[in-house]
Amino acid sequence: MSTFEPNIVGFLCNWCSYAGADLAGVSRIQYPTNLRIIKVMCSGRVEPGMVLEFLEAGADGIMVTGCHIGDCHYITGNLHTKRKFALLQKLLAKTGLEPQRIRLEWNSASEGQRFANLVKEFTEQVRDIGPTPLKAPKPDAAKLLNLRAAKAAADAFRLRALVGKEEKLVTTGNVYGEKITQDEFTKTMDSAVETEFQVHRIHILLQERSRSVKDLANQLSLQPRTVLGYMVALRQRGWVDVKETVEGTPLYAAQ
Amino acid sequence: MTSAPRIGVFVCRCGINIAAYVDVPAVVEYAKTLPGVTYAEENMYTCSSDGLNKIKEAIKKYGLERIVVASCTPRTHEPLFQATCEESGVNKYLFEMANIRDQCSWVHQKEPEKATEKAKDLIRMAVAKAALLESGDEPEIDVTPSTLVIGGGVSGMRAALSIADQGFNVTIVEKESTLGGKLRGFDSLFPHKQKASEVLMPLITRVSTHPRIRVLTKSTVKSVYGFLGNFDIGVETRQGVEVLKVGTIIVAVGADILKPKGLYLYGEDPRVVTQSELEQLLHKGEVDAKIVVMIQCAGSRNEEHPYCSRICCNEAVKNAINITEKESDVYILYRDLQTYGIHYSRLEQEAKRKGVKFLKYQAERPPLVTSEPDGLKVSLYSPTVNEAVELRPDMLVLSTPLVPVADAKELSQLLKVPLDSNGFFMEAHVKLRPIDFATDGIFICGTAHSPKDIGESVAQALGVASRASIPMAKKRVRTAAIMSQVDQTRCSGCGTCLDVCPYNALKKNDKGLAETIAAVCKGCGVCGATCPEKAITMHHFTDAQIEAQGLAALEED
Repeated sequence: MSTFEPNIVGFLCNWCSYAGADLAGVSRIQYPTNLRIIKVMCSGRVEPGMVLEFLEAGADGIMVTGCHIGDCHYITGNLHTKRKFALLQKLLAKTGLEPQRIRLEWNSASEGQRFANLVKEFTEQVRDIGPTPLKAPKPDAAKLLNLRAAKAAADAFRLRALVGKEEKLVTTGNVYGEKITQDEFTKTMDSAVETEFQVHRIHILLQERSRSVKDLANQLSLQPRTVLGYMVALRQRGWVDVKETVEGTPLYAAQ
Repeated sequence: MTSAPRIGVFVCRCGINIAAYVDVPAVVEYAKTLPGVTYAEENMYTCSSDGLNKIKEAIKKYGLERIVVASCTPRTHEPLFQATCEESGVNKYLFEMANIRDQCSWVHQKEPEKATEKAKDLIRMAVAKAALLESGDEPEIDVTPSTLVIGGGVSGMRAALSIADQGFNVTIVEKESTLGGKLRGFDSLFPHKQKASEVLMPLITRVSTHPRIRVLTKSTVKSVYGFLGNFDIGVETRQGVEVLKVGTIIVAVGADILKPKGLYLYGEDPRVVTQSELEQLLHKGEVDAKIVVMIQCAGSRNEEHPYCSRICCNEAVKNAINITEKESDVYILYRDLQTYGIHYSRLEQEAKRKGVKFLKYQAERPPLVTSEPDGLKVSLYSPTVNEAVELRPDMLVLSTPLVPVADAKELSQLLKVPLDSNGFFMEAHVKLRPIDFATDGIFICGTAHSPKDIGESVAQALGVASRASIPMAKKRVRTAAIMSQVDQTRCSGCGTCLDVCPYNALKKNDKGLAETIAAVCKGCGVCGATCPEKAITMHHFTDAQIEAQGLAALEED
């Protein structure tokens, strides 16, 4: 029996899941003490970057709960939660952290027992995985870099714009009436996630000190030509530039 | 940057509700050590007048600028504490709660030490957020003194009359060519055998002649813009599209009666009718069957319509009595007879006295109805008599449920109000706000909400009339300051926020940049979470506030 007590942060929407948590209380349904609740008006307020930030800060698990689909107090808020959570899962998958550390659930105001069960299950789930590798004072350096890159990617324009437009693109289409299928969108998103993740990993490393493409490729376990491709993108964005050339090798640094 | 705000923390014992499981004095001592906390104390009941006075005194004495109460849930008590803060000159948006009862002491009763640690964490989180709270100015808006009532049945008409009698204008939009709704199809009404028309006609006359009520028949709502106080409603009328300006909206669209094609030979054999069709036959005096069988829960309490439709048992019993008076034999085949309440149970007794026969059937063994050369045959196993029963009725009556109107979904999407899992319009809170929608200024009454009888529908109608009149009587209303704000220097005009906002609360200004319409914003924060440029601040739930709460949760003691 493990004595590990996971630190879990939960985002609960005001109208359904927070009310469900209150009902568990009113009904005196007992559940583990590990969850720390942050109330938001709608689960759609939760940004992937927030969840990644708390994971970086040492959370062992994070739960997001909203109203059931169709019951959202803000009509469509939780549809956006669902799409943002899918993006979060893609980013988390890149970091090497266990996917079971995050969980999205719908819980209504009348589901007190279900809420208690959820907390219990999720606490056990996280307990089984074990402590986060990111906890200070000795966090896993590679995973920490990945997590910081994932968070930076989640907070930057491209992925936010993509996930923000997703609902409209796949349901009603863009301003020109062009609609794309969910599959097509997912493909675009997958490739954007990979690019943004790698670009931000490189960017973070170049913020530390200047490095060559080869050096970066070694550090990130990527092909040098792949890194070079990202470097072009980074230079186009004006995020990095060649700082100096040592023995014919250009060294890049963040701007 | 001014100096950090002075925070006061009030930890409630809630009698023994919190104090029996959480070491409240230890929590108070801990709270005093938190950054920014100038003052902390415990109260037996912070929500008592004594507790509230303590908050006011401390605000004065210690110059507190942010208040944290650690007690029960903000869902019930936040408004009370906020009002107390306001009375002492502290803006209500500078208040924060830590829920150490419903989400701590009550759910960790066997682990007092861990519960105490969790209470400390929850307070640390609340204090971290409180330090970053900002005052909010609630937008005040004018209310158009006019109501739209959608649906001209008995509920809609009764609500309209009550509002018009208070001096406000009402427009009834009715999709049929006449007022009256489902009541038009009824024969006599329970319990006094009064004819439906005797109830309905005077009501229609009053509504049609009331100087403050306008009736648009053969009309439907096609668009809804705006918010409490100022709705613009596009109505398609016989004369074309008309835009109505109203302050409040009442949904009274009623329900439909299920016509269960194919069930128990309905639609195949003319001797099989629904209760409402029976009412019409009774009304015309065209029922001469000697043996009548009624089947309850026909098409209800099944997978498709899992709910009890509430009125069908009573309607069946009422009609059965009327038929037995014509010296016919009536059998009611039921699953569970729901003749609830004082009136309806009396009706059931009367039916039994008059010889109506009640036979129970089991849901998993419903009656079998066949058409034989010499008439209808109903076979069933009844646990009432514990044997197979065969009946040969001249008429079979199906008690079918009320179901949501066909355009309920469309209307719910126009109004942005939810439907429940059955497709009926759903109230904001089943007990505390049973006739409000969660969206301000829109109300629900009658069978559009759930199956109910006329008396219950009218009670709700009078209730919504009162609810809808409140903002109109006040003339001006405040809306919550939990709203988004676009930083014009960062907005790129991409319009993603406009796409995701469920309320059309963002618009593009003349520079092509997004702007929040404060009075329309409901504060969900989806725009803030979405904005690709991170140009949107969601007030009262800012990135910084949420970040502070989360990081505080993860801090090591």
